[in-house]
Amino acid sequence: MRVPPKYTQVLAVTLLGGATLLTLVVLVFIIVFVLTKGLPTVSASFLFTVPRDMGRAGGILPTLIGTVLLPLLALVIALPLGVGTAVYLTEYTRATRVTRMLSFGADCLAGIPSIIFGLFGFIFFVVMLHMGWCLLAGGLTLAIMILPTIIRTSEEAIRAVPNAYREVSFSLGATRWETVLKVVLPNALPGIVTGIMLGIARCIGETAAVIFTAGSSLRMPTSVFDSVRTMSVHFYILAREGISNENAYGTAAVLIISVLAVNLVAYGLMHRFISRRTR
Amino acid sequence: MLVAFSALASLLLIAVFILKEGVPFLFKYGPLNFLLGSIWDPQAGQFGIYPMIVASLWVTLGAMAIGAPLGIAGAIFLNEFVPRSVLRVVKPAIELLAGIPSVVYGFLGVMVLAPFIRAHLGGPGLSVLAASVILGIMVLPTVISISTDAIGAVPNSYREGALALGATRWQSVHMVTVKAARSGIIASIILAMGRALGETMAVIMVVGNAVKVPHSALDSARTLTANIALEMGYATGLHREALFATGVVLFVVIMILNALATSAIKAGSRRS
Repeated sequence: MRVPPKYTQVLAVTLLGGATLLTLVVLVFIIVFVLTKGLPTVSASFLFTVPRDMGRAGGILPTLIGTVLLPLLALVIALPLGVGTAVYLTEYTRATRVTRMLSFGADCLAGIPSIIFGLFGFIFFVVMLHMGWCLLAGGLTLAIMILPTIIRTSEEAIRAVPNAYREVSFSLGATRWETVLKVVLPNALPGIVTGIMLGIARCIGETAAVIFTAGSSLRMPTSVFDSVRTMSVHFYILAREGISNENAYGTAAVLIISVLAVNLVAYGLMHRFISRRTR
Repeated sequence: MLVAFSALASLLLIAVFILKEGVPFLFKYGPLNFLLGSIWDPQAGQFGIYPMIVASLWVTLGAMAIGAPLGIAGAIFLNEFVPRSVLRVVKPAIELLAGIPSVVYGFLGVMVLAPFIRAHLGGPGLSVLAASVILGIMVLPTVISISTDAIGAVPNSYREGALALGATRWQSVHMVTVKAARSGIIASIILAMGRALGETMAVIMVVGNAVKVPHSALDSARTLTANIALEMGYATGLHREALFATGVVLFVVIMILNALATSAIKAGSRRS
């Protein structure tokens, strides 16, 4: 028996619309739920005092500092490598087997799950290079993790710079390097910053790769060789070991707000970048 | 320009170190004993990861059973049945949600989903089902984002052709648009599978972590990733090598999934 197309149309739209609505409701529910449960805990003293009794009482200051330092360190390492790779791929070579291999490497790296990064960082930086669990080991591991994001976004941003800009620069007698430095990179900057923000957001939310490389010490870090605990790790430990649900919700709320804020800035920049390009 | 090789070099470094730590163990213990052994008891020197392989498989398939239909339905609906302006607001919003840390999903699984399952369906609550639902939700942004791009890339003339032949909107969608965007949609599912299989912290929190072959969706189980993360903190010697060997299995499967996704995307771009 054939159902008339008129009815399948109505049925399909209802089902598809329902599925879409369900998706949106679930995703919005997650954010609203965590914020309503967590925000009452969040206050200036929660943010800026040290935790007591394993995090059962007190605030989250050391983890806040860890969450700022670790992504920053990862970025300092990944940014020159990532942008350098992007510049090389776009400005200094044509598409060859080598560039294809380099892009393939970046793609593969992007697909590796974070627990594998954690395993690698643990055996290589922590054990083999005798760093121990520390900020530096965590930063290096996260740098590798966000490298593909930085490469991809920078590459796209650089490719979007019109060729005419480069030609004008060359005609003025600039070398290729001067052109890259003074013409290409400044024009690609918003796109590159988008990549940076996305990388930072990924670092903030990361747990598996951090816990095995940067450790989970609750003390204030004084050097890159100290162990730190990020908010994600702190939240994981509070929740998993049932230390304090109240403080776990509070940390989760701060975590979600920071990640969403960083992502929003990234999207804002990307949007401005795209609208400027198409004008 | 040595820096250009940083990504490739890192990839090779990771591959070499994970393999170096894990592969010798595989041959010492016997690959078949390792993969098909059903007892995991590090103290007794028993390292069989068969229960974990089964659990990872079920959790991943369960996540796909939930995430793929919802995600693809969302992508189709947003592309074909609502005004462009809605898509332009909703798509970035959904992508924004991809940034929610995985531990937060896991925590919600523990606080909301597991009690619900325990009360209404029975079992311990922390189960394969709970992990599947949480992972299914987590992969939604990936599926929607990539599928939307693939469907959006289908030329409008295809749709117009179908509509001109008297097809309803839905007929034109499922007979023409979805077929044309097939490779992109498949790629989104494969990438989401990789993400579900590789997810660790959220799964640890909701899957229960019992080392046995799950017999129903309501049973507690332990995935490959959970096994690594739970025991890495204190493992030494042979035990640690066994965990790296678990990592090798995971690494190889994920690399295969990535290669499949890449070739699906390539096949799609070659045709158009």
